[in-house]
Amino acid sequence: MIRRPALLLLFLLPVAAPAKDSCVECHTAMESAPALKFSKDVHQRRGFSCADCHGGDRNADDQDAAMSKAKGFRGKIARAAVPQLCAHCHSDANLMHKYMPQQRVDQYELYQTSVHGKRIASGDGAVANCVDCHSVHDIREVKDPQSPVHPLRLPETCARCHADAAHMAKYKIPTNQFEEYRKSVHWAALAQRGDLSAPSCASCHGNHGATPPQVSSVAAVCGNCHALVEDLYSKSPHQPAFAAMGAAGCVTCHGNHGVRLPSSAMLAGDKSVCAQCHTADSPEGKAAVEMAGMINGLNAALKNSDQVLRQAASSGMEVSEAMLRQQEAHATLVKARVAVHAFRVTAVSQLAQSGLAAAAETRRAGENALKERDYRRMGLGVALLAILATMAGLWLALRAIERPPQAPAGAGRR
Amino acid sequence: MITERRNLIRTLLGGGFVASLAAFLYPVIRFMNPPSVSEASVNEVPGGKIQDLKPNSGKIVKFGNRPVLLVRVSETEWRAFSAVCTHLNCTVQYQEQRRQIWCACHNGFYDLNGNVVSGPPPKALDEYVARVRGDEVVISRRA
Amino acid sequence: MEGAKANTGGLSGWLEERLGLSAIREFLAHKTVPVHSGTMWYYFGGITLFLFVIQVLTGILLLLYYRPTTTEAYESVQFIVTRVQFGWLVRSIHSWSANLMIFTAMVHMFSVVFLRSYRRPREVTWLSGIALLCLALGFGFSGYLLPWNTISYFATKVGTDMAASLPGIGPALARFLRGGEDVGGATLTRFFGFHVAVLPGLTTVLLLVHLILVQKQGISSPPWVERKFQAQGGKAPQMPFFPNFFLREMMAWYAALAVLGSLAAIFPWELGEKADPFASAPAGIRPEWYFLAPFYTLKLIPSHVAFLEGELLGLLGFGLLAVFWILLPFWATNRQGMERTRLVTGAGVALLAYLATFSLLGYYK
Repeated sequence: MIRRPALLLLFLLPVAAPAKDSCVECHTAMESAPALKFSKDVHQRRGFSCADCHGGDRNADDQDAAMSKAKGFRGKIARAAVPQLCAHCHSDANLMHKYMPQQRVDQYELYQTSVHGKRIASGDGAVANCVDCHSVHDIREVKDPQSPVHPLRLPETCARCHADAAHMAKYKIPTNQFEEYRKSVHWAALAQRGDLSAPSCASCHGNHGATPPQVSSVAAVCGNCHALVEDLYSKSPHQPAFAAMGAAGCVTCHGNHGVRLPSSAMLAGDKSVCAQCHTADSPEGKAAVEMAGMINGLNAALKNSDQVLRQAASSGMEVSEAMLRQQEAHATLVKARVAVHAFRVTAVSQLAQSGLAAAAETRRAGENALKERDYRRMGLGVALLAILATMAGLWLALRAIERPPQAPAGAGRR
Repeated sequence: MITERRNLIRTLLGGGFVASLAAFLYPVIRFMNPPSVSEASVNEVPGGKIQDLKPNSGKIVKFGNRPVLLVRVSETEWRAFSAVCTHLNCTVQYQEQRRQIWCACHNGFYDLNGNVVSGPPPKALDEYVARVRGDEVVISRRA
Repeated sequence: MEGAKANTGGLSGWLEERLGLSAIREFLAHKTVPVHSGTMWYYFGGITLFLFVIQVLTGILLLLYYRPTTTEAYESVQFIVTRVQFGWLVRSIHSWSANLMIFTAMVHMFSVVFLRSYRRPREVTWLSGIALLCLALGFGFSGYLLPWNTISYFATKVGTDMAASLPGIGPALARFLRGGEDVGGATLTRFFGFHVAVLPGLTTVLLLVHLILVQKQGISSPPWVERKFQAQGGKAPQMPFFPNFFLREMMAWYAALAVLGSLAAIFPWELGEKADPFASAPAGIRPEWYFLAPFYTLKLIPSHVAFLEGELLGLLGFGLLAVFWILLPFWATNRQGMERTRLVTGAGVALLAYLATFSLLGYYK
């Protein structure tokens, strides 16, 4: 009885897909959400269909035949069963090779090592499985900006659960990571500068094998990008000290999710992170203040030179060479800030001194340009005086020539 | 009165004329005097003697105001790239073991065509032209 | 030569015998300039000449360091401006003086129109003057490219593109100007050649013709001044060229020098960025101010008018306008010898108004 209207509809629908797919046909006619979304799914584009996950027979016109248990119809997939279902294909290297030869096939393996995977194995269906992050029925490639796991959208996707206090209550973990991350320099680089290589959640925690980095490995994680800083830190006295204390490397001073742009205020003053362990009058505390002083001094000197150079440039002087030198000096400041992580005053002072020398040089160049400008204006003044004198002379000479001969010479005029 | 006036005119005219002539000639003579740095162009810089750079090694050469990385890929093949990382302007270096160009600031790698292999750099390094002339390498801008 | 010693002694005598200076002195003594309310406009020809001399002198100085190749042109100008002593001044004066010269030449031309100095027998003087103005514009167009910076590069591209849209000879003319299919090193070499050899040569010859004609025919006084004094039965008042007019002209030259020096020292001419033929054209590309009016007009004309291409139509219009203007002395009087006073004044005012408004519009839009 139900069969007839469905068949009728079948004739009315324009058949677009080359292969017959009765699941999509009927469920689209029913306007069911999964079927409608499926047209945007990457699997659909590769020729996969509902039946490949849900079982059943896509060729059968009869509803009962199409969704018969005999044909392996599974209906709704239980949450806990999702990872294994996806892995059926995605862990099959031979199969994946036909579609995306470069795609990895170890996602399921990794997932099993993740906190999510371990919990799901122990029967907790509330943790994230594949479709919670990748979406379902409209799964897109990661590089597609509309995919929920595209770098720009990933933080929000993770936050759907991790920022939900009710959801996280039974795991007893904080829920402020997303809020913090959105204040971080990393999010700024990602969202504002559009630098897709800037880190989002998965860059540090991994994706399929999502686990918080261990205390001992934080520096190594950050060092993935901040290689130079990691190098300096691992050779510094802090590395063994932090390891002995069980403090988590970089995070101890910089925090984790809400990493802000570092500044010399972290070394000295009331916001000093050093003060967490070192008193201000200890040798270490003094060293921190000294390093902060050098960096601030260099920063101030650079700003000063910048200003002089700008002034010179705006009054039409050619200072492009000094400007280039100034860029190098600015790079020295960046390097000096990195060098702080050696936690040796000399490492910073070497760079600070070369930076200061460069800043002094560019400042001198700017001042010379300004002097040159004044010199030019003075030269112009002198030349103008000579010109005016000559013009006055010419004018007087003309007057002398053209004075009417009968008029008494010089009477009452000069 | 007349002579006074005539003297004034003569002083103004003569003095003014001589002074303005001086104001004209002084810059001209200074202009013609060759400046201490007698070369205008920075289109070509010497990259040093061939034997000073072993095959599979690189060095930084100053090209005008910019650093350039000169790489001797093999016995006969030389390449040169802008040494300024496209990520945050750090200076890159050549890594012998990987035969790649490396930026130490954020661990960016470029291949020997200047293209990004891995890491944060958003685009490739600019390439320069490195040529051997006699026993010297010469680096020039790409035309 | 031995017998020559018999002549009047002293240096002046020696020179007199060989150079015949007394003839020049005699000529100068009799040369006069009309005095009336418009006498001040007579100075502008002289000022233009003075600025041309400055162009020649500073141009020669710049030649000491300039190098006309794509790889070195920009760098050599930068070198002149930054390294060579007073290089900034010489380069700035050359650029400013070029612009002032075009300006004073135009003032000179319009004063000739409004004072009716183009009348018989001075038609050839007018034609030579127009030719000199065209040469000055050629100097400006070719010189603009020489620093090889972004703006000049693209302005030259646009300018030669316009030449290419001329019917018939257009493509060939553009190829000739560019020295190839596109603006590049060949164009720079060519423009340099035009700028320092071809144009100065032509200008010198034409300038001599122009000056000789002015000397031969004397300085014209406006018809209304002539009529007024003819009615009174006398001649229009004149002042001796030397020293009266000459001293005034000197004052004008000195004033021009003061303006030039101040502009060069206080507003140094900018160098801009080096041209990159592969970069896309930056926004706000526009030519030098004296090409702005036609440039802006061409921008306003729709791309197709009836069956003609807009640019072509514009160029044809300018061509007709130019021919009309060049032939001014010939249509300014009718067959009966009556002057078409109103027509000439109207045409002059209209052209002036068009140039002023369209230049301003082109500058600000």
